[in-house]
Amino acid sequence: MIQPANEVQSIRKIIMASSVGTLIEWYDFYIFGSLAPVIAGQFFPKTNPTAALLSTLATFAAGFIVRPFGALVFGRLGDLIGRKYTFLLTLIIMGSSTFAIGLVPGYQTIGFAAPIIILVLRLLQGLALGGEYGGAATYVAEHAPPNRRGFFTSWIQTTATLGLFLSLGIILIARHSLDADRTRSIAKFEDWGWRIPFLVSIFLVVVSVYIRLRMKESPLYAKLKTEGKTSVNPLKESFTHRSNLKMVLLALFGATMGQGVVWYTGQFYAQSFIENVCKVDFEQSRTILLWAILFATPFFVVFGNWSDKIGRKWIMLVGMFLAIITYRPLFGKLYSIADEKNKTEVVDEKQISTAIKPIVNTGNSLRKIGTTHFFDDGTLLMETRTDTLYAEAGKITDKPDVKISKLLPANGYWLMVGIIFIMILYVTMVYGPIAAFLVELFPTKIRYTSMSLPYHIGNGIFGGLTPFIALLLTTIYTGDKLVGLYYSIIVAGLCFLVGLLYLRNKIDPNVND
Amino acid sequence: MNALKRVAGILWIIAGPLAIYYLVRTAIDEINKKPVIDTKIQWAVFIIVFIPIAIGIIIFGIYALKGEYDHLPGSSEDITD
Repeated sequence: MIQPANEVQSIRKIIMASSVGTLIEWYDFYIFGSLAPVIAGQFFPKTNPTAALLSTLATFAAGFIVRPFGALVFGRLGDLIGRKYTFLLTLIIMGSSTFAIGLVPGYQTIGFAAPIIILVLRLLQGLALGGEYGGAATYVAEHAPPNRRGFFTSWIQTTATLGLFLSLGIILIARHSLDADRTRSIAKFEDWGWRIPFLVSIFLVVVSVYIRLRMKESPLYAKLKTEGKTSVNPLKESFTHRSNLKMVLLALFGATMGQGVVWYTGQFYAQSFIENVCKVDFEQSRTILLWAILFATPFFVVFGNWSDKIGRKWIMLVGMFLAIITYRPLFGKLYSIADEKNKTEVVDEKQISTAIKPIVNTGNSLRKIGTTHFFDDGTLLMETRTDTLYAEAGKITDKPDVKISKLLPANGYWLMVGIIFIMILYVTMVYGPIAAFLVELFPTKIRYTSMSLPYHIGNGIFGGLTPFIALLLTTIYTGDKLVGLYYSIIVAGLCFLVGLLYLRNKIDPNVND
Repeated sequence: MNALKRVAGILWIIAGPLAIYYLVRTAIDEINKKPVIDTKIQWAVFIIVFIPIAIGIIIFGIYALKGEYDHLPGSSEDITD
């Protein structure tokens, strides 16, 4: 079917306007996660840095847990008052909350009020995101011709990954732009510069609100409204009518639950794994993910487009199946690339430096011993051991703080990029066609409400909690460094079985029902 | 195929209580091991969030067992209630 040129131009504008806003919302949501260790120091001051990090992750997780409630609140609004104004509202809430996070004074200035305000703002971010995605996907799908629905909605699907890309990129740029000296620039970033990525958000949101204000209401929704056929109570219709509830449950257990864990394992957990388990340098661990995202992102559109020809089901299920069977070997390979036990140390080149700084008014001093180990393949391992030299005779630091960071050589670096690229390819398979799949599953009058909830339980709760639960599993079962993956493998495995048995592969030719 | 879909329904019905049992038991063990506020909050959150989802899979199993997924609706007209 050939479309008229003005129709093509119009749908491009719609995709652009919807995608830019959704991209900004994902960016706003992910900078918090990307800056978790810095935020831990600013708002959750604990003597144990791991506990502080867990508190931050808990706050981060709170944003995910609240997403289904956002889906209900804004989904209901979207089905009652329309798609356009609802996702305009979510954008404003998200932008304001993100900007406000950048302004909140730290714990040292206002005490416990600081983490509480951060938690409230994080909850608002989660609520807004819960309302955004369903609206944008529905809006684009309801404008798209039936034979190109997968292709057009796949542009919306790129925004989550590109939002993560943008957040990592802006953080890295800000981290290096605050001073000519690299170490001082990083110190300034950790002191106050981390606020920049949050504050920048307001400019992006203003532009996006302007674009969205010029958009028109979805034609299918507008038609329903003219005919007086909009739902009076979409929540009741979605979840108390057996026929709708059974489809909501099918969408959750047969598609979005698996998609969520594959999305977060391939991107967030992979980055956290190479930084915290493989001990790869802060910057390298992020640029590895940036390259992998850059190479893999076009495949969202490839698989979305392909789903218009062969159906959505099998592309999503194959992506899930590949993830289930290859996660352990792929993560095992990531670990072995960085593992110094597989390398030979060039002992003659080892460098040791010691710095001692007196601690004011105590008579004690802080000692930092930096050791750099060189390996035959070009890997550098930097170990920083910090302890206190007490003035009191015989008193020593029980547990010195030891930090390890590895710089990989080019071949190890690009091998990691390749492995994470494969994992993001799985993400593109499960995520590329899912918006079209969800839109086709529900009737127009309750679509926003019905599709948003399973999406945000699957992606937000099952997916968003992945790094948190994986980290927790490694603290319970300490013998296996890859034990955290079992959560993703089991959830994706269950979803694969349900999808295999109960989903159909038919492309719905008419979503105007 | 429809018979398999219905029989698998029993599996989903069993999976719900099993998941709840595993979750609550692990939470109790972990809180006993480390009875600090962080552990309690984190496990309370998991229980509050995942128990309704586990109930959801039981309902899904019941629908599957009753044959509700033998035929999926193609349009709003197929939705009868």
